[in-house]
Amino acid sequence: MPEISIKAEPIFHLGQFVVTNSYLLSIVSFVILIILAFILKNKISLIPGKLQSIFELLSDQLLGLMNGLLGDSRKSEKYFPVIATVFLFILLSNWLGLFPGVGSLGIEEGLNHLGEVKYVPLFRAPAADLNFTLALALISILFVQFFGIVALGFKKYSSKFFTFKNPIYTFVGLLEFMSEFTKIISFSFRLFGNVFAGEVLLGIIGFLLPYVVPLPFLFLEVFVGLIQAFIFSMLTLVFIAMSVADYEEHEVVAH
Amino acid sequence: MDPEIFKFITVAFVMGIGTIAPAFAIGMIGSKGVEAIGRNPDAASKIQTAMILCLAFAEAIAIYALVIALIIKFV
Repeated sequence: MPEISIKAEPIFHLGQFVVTNSYLLSIVSFVILIILAFILKNKISLIPGKLQSIFELLSDQLLGLMNGLLGDSRKSEKYFPVIATVFLFILLSNWLGLFPGVGSLGIEEGLNHLGEVKYVPLFRAPAADLNFTLALALISILFVQFFGIVALGFKKYSSKFFTFKNPIYTFVGLLEFMSEFTKIISFSFRLFGNVFAGEVLLGIIGFLLPYVVPLPFLFLEVFVGLIQAFIFSMLTLVFIAMSVADYEEHEVVAH
Repeated sequence: MDPEIFKFITVAFVMGIGTIAPAFAIGMIGSKGVEAIGRNPDAASKIQTAMILCLAFAEAIAIYALVIALIIKFV
């Protein structure tokens, strides 16, 4: 029976800082992205090679999608770095979590509650750790607020939440303020639940029927990883679009 | 009775009852989305994007139930 733990297991300690197995894999995906960024920057050319064409295709599709959602191509260029970074980081983290060796290579240390030697995997899908998804959710929602304040000014933006013009608006504003916090919870638990459930599923299926049968489940996990990254970034985009929307423009058309 | 038995029963009930409503919601979203695409095939990609976003919200509720079940079982 595979040992399933909701918490990511610590591998070593740097002073007071605990390095867990999902943190290790997120560092790996981070390093891969940085290396890719530097390679693309140094080898950029008018006639693109294979790697550059892939990323040109990706950014073209993503920008087209953002244009469709936002309606304005200058706005989508402004928000493109954040959205694309979140998308690529979550995508790479999810797909690296399916690599052979993740979850199967490990160290044996300590004793579990039954008195047997505990097996601790060396790598674990980063999004299967609630810390990772909570951090990303906090960053996304903070960016939403930041873009809203930059676009509208602090007074106008906070008047969306705290206003005394109208008792209905006051109540709705408070509800909107609460819903900003529930967005954080919703973001983090959606990504965590999907990836952790996928890990548990793959572990149990691999334990029950190790040959051939895990294949469709692996395809499902690849697909779910892509969809969850896409949904995280698109939801961030939708929230940014809602937060920079200016509702006060009542332009009187002169007859 | 053994508290372990209650754990198993609770986990089963949480997942069973907690995924009824999201399943209905996802089915309704899918059906309305496909119907909209059928009525207006030119707007297919816009409708598809909006449908996938709404699907994420509905599925998140089922994921909350799953997380509670996992916490009860493994913590």
